[in-house]
Amino acid sequence: MAEKSYRDAIREALQEEMARDERVLILGEEVGVWGGSYAVTRGLYDVFGARRVIDTPIAEAEFIGAAVGMAMGGLRPVAELMTINFSLIAIDQIVNNAAKIHYMFGGQVKVPLVIRMPAGWGQLGATHSQTFEGWFAHVPGLIVAMPGTPYDAKGMLKSAIRSDNPVVFIEHARLYGMKGEVPDGEYTLPFGVSDVKRTGKDVTIVTWSRMLQVSLAAAETLSKEGIECEVIDLRTLRPLDLAPVYASVEKTHRVLVVEEDWTTLGMGAEIAARIAHDRFDQLDAPVERLGQTEVPVPYAKNLEALMFPDEPRVAETVRKLIG
Amino acid sequence: MTIDKGEGVEWYRKMVLIRRFEERAEAAYGEGLIGGFLHLYIGEEAIAVGAMAALAPDDDVLTHYRDHGYLLARGIDPRPVMAELFGRATGVSKGKGGSMHMAVVREHLWGGYAIVGGHVPLAAGMAFANRYLGNPRVVACFMGEGATNIGTFYAGLNLAAVWKVPLVAIVENNHYAMGSPVERVSAVRDIYRKACAFDMPGVQVDGNDVLAVRGAVRERVEAARAGGGPQLIEAVTYRFRGHSMGDPQRYRTKDEVEAAKEKDPIPRWRSVLLDGGIATGAELDGIDAAVEAEVAEAVRFATESPAPEASEIDRDVLVAEGADHG
Ligand SMILES: Cc1ncc(C[n+]2csc(CCOP(=O)(O)OP(=O)(O)O)c2C)c(N)n1
Repeated sequence: MAEKSYRDAIREALQEEMARDERVLILGEEVGVWGGSYAVTRGLYDVFGARRVIDTPIAEAEFIGAAVGMAMGGLRPVAELMTINFSLIAIDQIVNNAAKIHYMFGGQVKVPLVIRMPAGWGQLGATHSQTFEGWFAHVPGLIVAMPGTPYDAKGMLKSAIRSDNPVVFIEHARLYGMKGEVPDGEYTLPFGVSDVKRTGKDVTIVTWSRMLQVSLAAAETLSKEGIECEVIDLRTLRPLDLAPVYASVEKTHRVLVVEEDWTTLGMGAEIAARIAHDRFDQLDAPVERLGQTEVPVPYAKNLEALMFPDEPRVAETVRKLIG
Repeated sequence: MTIDKGEGVEWYRKMVLIRRFEERAEAAYGEGLIGGFLHLYIGEEAIAVGAMAALAPDDDVLTHYRDHGYLLARGIDPRPVMAELFGRATGVSKGKGGSMHMAVVREHLWGGYAIVGGHVPLAAGMAFANRYLGNPRVVACFMGEGATNIGTFYAGLNLAAVWKVPLVAIVENNHYAMGSPVERVSAVRDIYRKACAFDMPGVQVDGNDVLAVRGAVRERVEAARAGGGPQLIEAVTYRFRGHSMGDPQRYRTKDEVEAAKEKDPIPRWRSVLLDGGIATGAELDGIDAAVEAEVAEAVRFATESPAPEASEIDRDVLVAEGADHG
């Protein structure tokens, strides 16, 4: 198998799907000549031209709304928001139009739309460092994918493009350079199927996206201390597949949810509530949660470094959970 | 028009200050002392300086994320501005805002906003508040031409026009929004003509001519202050550097950039001062040297300033209940 970066895996999925299906096209700010603000679409403009790789004005509500219309009109648009931060501008189009149109018109209309957007941070300040996956996962009518490896990113994006549903596809800016095995041949990955990325018997870590990598690193450290973590990657937040989590709880009896988003009223709360409800008698300890410090992200490097769960904090929380 | 010597020389000093400040910031970014996004204002200095010269010192200002120049043009000490770029506790926003979010409210600089166009409705609301409270202040709202394609621009200016509030929108047309030339993303290329959508006055000015900018802004500010409602100014300029640090600039040619530099507002104004006998070469060279020293001092100050205390992390999330609402 070939080693490829998360970025290249996503580009490959785009390119293959565009080659396969004339109805697939890309639109967004700077996706063409510039090649995407995180260089994901680089080169596609040269291959497919301005007809299928469309640079839009800075007008997120309008081009996401237009993408919904394109999808209704028979195309399969892949819209890129430069970052998840700008999805706030398009939130009405995403929630009220993309998500609801199929249901609201009694199933008559389909919106086969993919909205790709990177989450991330890096001294960008409060308006540019947000992670809203919990907000999108809150909305029925959307599929929310958030891959944490290059392999998953490619397979899930292909499924997203072929899906007749609106898919919110959240990438992570700090994973783009990460390399992993990606086979050259064709493959797709289903939504709503969590993946056990590491097996263990002592604690179950539930996570997704970049926090998967942080959790795996912490699991390595803990393994040297004789603590074996099972690390489960949700991959899609809606639909949410907790079956492997439940199976794991029956083994470990202890759970830690690691997310990059704010914890209050977020994914971790939902997961903890479901485990508590469905596997109450299996728990030896309350479900533990780790997430972002609940403040707007500060610019100063030293403060920003305190914001997100990192390997030492994940390891420390696991030790406490066991201890 | 005769140029007042004191003013003319001061505009020169401020433009040079912004230029040198940003060059040092560029270098500091290269050394890893500044992180995140850094958008330089180099080439556009005449707009901030000309506009601030036309505004009263207590007129309110909202800007976008390319914001260092406005602070310096208003006369803010470069040291806390540099310190903010370095993420230090002594920065204008206490190190929490960074390059894109700089505010000095005591000088009526209400902040740099990094979501394109998002600040236009804020400016309309602030102008409403000023009129409501009987303040004679005008609100100036700076943005790039790319911002004139987003809904908040239209809806914000429409509100300002419906309310007839004293707002002056200053659009810096530097020809590119990141890599998108204005022709590719805007149906109307002369941005000032967009004013007709709101039935408000719109004018275009050479943004590389500090005197012309001062004149145009002064006229519009006077009209707004006199009850004429919102006004739109398009200042035509060019951005010499990339959109932000690390922009490979594949969307334009070196020749185009070099040609634009022929119209550099700083040498241009220097020639006006020299040719008009308003200042001597020695005087202006003295200013150049003083500015160099001032910027070096700002870098020293920023370098030696402490990072924010860890306890700052959750400070100022909310205003304490029971605080003075005055
Ligand atoms: C709503 C929104 N979309 C996208 C971005 C990313 N972005 C930052 S600056 C910029 C270009 C803005 O161009 P313009 O308004 O012309 O100002 P200039 O940078 O040329 O000064 C873009 C697309 C953003 N900050 N906000």
